[in-house]
Amino acid sequence: MLRLDKLVKTYKTGDQALKAVELEVPEGQVLALIGPSGAGKSTLIRCINRLVEPTSGKVYLGDVELTDLSSGALRRERRRMGMIFQEYALVERLTVMENVLSGRLGYVGFWRSFLRRFPQTDVDEAFRLLDRVGLAHMADKRADELSGGQRQRVGICRALIQNPALLLVDEPTASLDPKTSRQIMRLICELCKERGLAAIINIHDVALAQMFVQRVIGLRFGAIEFDGPPEGLTSDVLTTIYGEEDWEATIETVDEDEDDVLEAAV
Amino acid sequence: MSELHTLIGKKWKKPPFIQRTWLRWTLLLGFVAYLVAAFMTIDVNWSRVYEGLERGKQFVLAFTNPDFTSRSGDIWEGMIESIIMTVASSVVGIAISIPIALGAARNVAPLPVYLICRAIIAVSRALQEIIVAILLVAIFGFGPLAGFLTLSFATIGFLSKLLAEDIESMDKVQAEAIKASGAKWTQWINYGVQPQVMPRLIGLSLYRVDINFRESAILGLVGAGGIGATLNTAFDRYEYDTAAAILLIIIVIVMTLEYLSGIIRARVQ
Amino acid sequence: MPVQDRKGQKIWQRRSGRESLMHWVMWLIGVAIFAYCWQQISESTTWFFVWDAPRIANDIWTRATPPRWEYITQLGKPIWDTLNIATLGTIIALILAVPVAFLAARNTTPSRFIVRPIALLIIVSTRSINSLIWALLLIAIIGPGVFAGVIAIAIRSIGFCAKLLYEAIEEIDESQVEAISATGASRWQIMAYGIVPQILPAFAGVAVFRWDINIRESTVLGLVGAGGIGLQLSSSLNVLAWPQVSLILLVILAAVVISEWVSAKVRGAII
Repeated sequence: MLRLDKLVKTYKTGDQALKAVELEVPEGQVLALIGPSGAGKSTLIRCINRLVEPTSGKVYLGDVELTDLSSGALRRERRRMGMIFQEYALVERLTVMENVLSGRLGYVGFWRSFLRRFPQTDVDEAFRLLDRVGLAHMADKRADELSGGQRQRVGICRALIQNPALLLVDEPTASLDPKTSRQIMRLICELCKERGLAAIINIHDVALAQMFVQRVIGLRFGAIEFDGPPEGLTSDVLTTIYGEEDWEATIETVDEDEDDVLEAAV
Repeated sequence: MSELHTLIGKKWKKPPFIQRTWLRWTLLLGFVAYLVAAFMTIDVNWSRVYEGLERGKQFVLAFTNPDFTSRSGDIWEGMIESIIMTVASSVVGIAISIPIALGAARNVAPLPVYLICRAIIAVSRALQEIIVAILLVAIFGFGPLAGFLTLSFATIGFLSKLLAEDIESMDKVQAEAIKASGAKWTQWINYGVQPQVMPRLIGLSLYRVDINFRESAILGLVGAGGIGATLNTAFDRYEYDTAAAILLIIIVIVMTLEYLSGIIRARVQ
Repeated sequence: MPVQDRKGQKIWQRRSGRESLMHWVMWLIGVAIFAYCWQQISESTTWFFVWDAPRIANDIWTRATPPRWEYITQLGKPIWDTLNIATLGTIIALILAVPVAFLAARNTTPSRFIVRPIALLIIVSTRSINSLIWALLLIAIIGPGVFAGVIAIAIRSIGFCAKLLYEAIEEIDESQVEAISATGASRWQIMAYGIVPQILPAFAGVAVFRWDINIRESTVLGLVGAGGIGLQLSSSLNVLAWPQVSLILLVILAAVVISEWVSAKVRGAII
């Protein structure tokens, strides 16, 4: 469904962030992208929806090749790729509802969105999603009144209301506490399963990644070093990705504990 | 899930900025009414404005062909006088503002001194430069002395206030550390306070030099010296090319000052 | 080197010899410039008048007090005009400043090498020239009156407002803009959802701040004939009607204090 073909990104400074990355993601697969900071995880995700322009290579979403699209056509394709951000990236001075509805911007015209006159079906869908993540009662709160976990839930709603085929998730848990991190990861993975979405989750918490995903990609210096199931992440593999360190403790935490079931909101 | 059912199909509107409906409408209607009233009372002589467009065009064209030469003597003298007033008043104004700023900072000065200094600042800020200039010209006679005094006085209000605010918001711990070493008040100011506020003082002073120059260009209108008198004459005689030349010089000097102050500020911080 | 080794003893100095020499030379030049400036000023001053100043000041004071209170009935319209000049001028300036600010901000300008310098030039040139000069110019062009005052205030304020606004635009959180563009929003939608909400508080602050300054400036525009209370001030000064002058100055002072209070209140409510 998503295919990257020899994707290269070289920054103006000369840093090569991605070195001919080849990757194929089938329909409905949730995969985690791990690697040390500076490995090019963020760049890879941003090259897919061209928030960062790739230097060379191709990105296929279904049958459409994204890197050659005009800006108008790119906007239409971006609607099929929901994105979730590290620091939530909500527009803080807008309400929760406006933030969620901003996911529909690619579908409505300028004046309609400017006057906040979204189609009723969009508003209904927004309420449904907010209810699903347990925030329906917060719809008219301003985004900066929310806690970190709540903000990320709103970010998830914003991505899902686009009705995407693919989720690009950039460090969803980086600024959250461990418990909320798990809840958010679980929520994302559940929603992907419910809707049959593929997702690329960029994450640096290896244990958390192993807990939730079906496939792990290890990135180091802009090249793929590992591609396989989470069980395949042995101490040796982690050493090649991250460098020398005692990895046993990290791996041991991977026991499926279902103690904290997703608590709705608050 | 019953909560959700009540929400589905409901219209959604952005919650208004002002919650109370009557207040929102009163403010909006009041504002519109004011605007209408304001527009009604400005009686614009449109035919005069229309005639003026031709002169406006001439003035804009004058900018492409400014005349620096035919009144070069007046322009030169006026500019030098403006610059002299700027320099002298900035030096004196800054020198006086520093003790007043110290006096107007509550964490440095005792209450009586604080009140006196704050009063000086309030008076200086409330009086417009041009009004002060009118009074000083009446008292001291025409010439740059009145302009110099005006600008010095205005500098005190501006600089002391902002500097005092900076002193009040400085890092207490550093200042306390110096005090703890047994320093005298003057030593304490010199070692504990001065290093903290110095960059801000320099930045504000440079900014004030810039303002003083711009203000010095208008003081001539009321006879307090500087380029303003020449400019006024140029407008009176409809010599747009000379006026354009003067305005261009002012703009270039202001730009140069901003550029220089940017460099100095970057070096200080 | 600030630390010198002299006869085995380390001597610490704040500056090295060369540096301290430079330092003194700089001070010397500064003092010389100031002395020159002062000498120039004093040369073009008639010192006889200056020595006479206390007597004249006293004279003016006795003539100006008490203010002619009944004159206030004639000041209603001028005050209303002054308020209008400031308010309408600010509104027009804001309308014009917003596009200029967007063109001048590094992250929103359509072209860095053509449009941005032009926008910056507009900002610098309107800012550098005092509203009184703009008023002089406009009176020469469109004739005296309130309208010239409104336009003068508007032009003078464009640069000021646009400068503060474009600095606010350059400081926005780019990740919010990125998030909105990732949804497939168009250029204008990104503006309306990603950028405008972030700069709205700055916009409101600038508007009120500039309105406060404009009230001050519009009180004196009348001196050159651009309407408002300054006209009365100017005519009273011309006939040396000092009791009227003192009353007008009191009114101006009151207007300045009130406008500062209003703007502080409004800013407090917004932020």
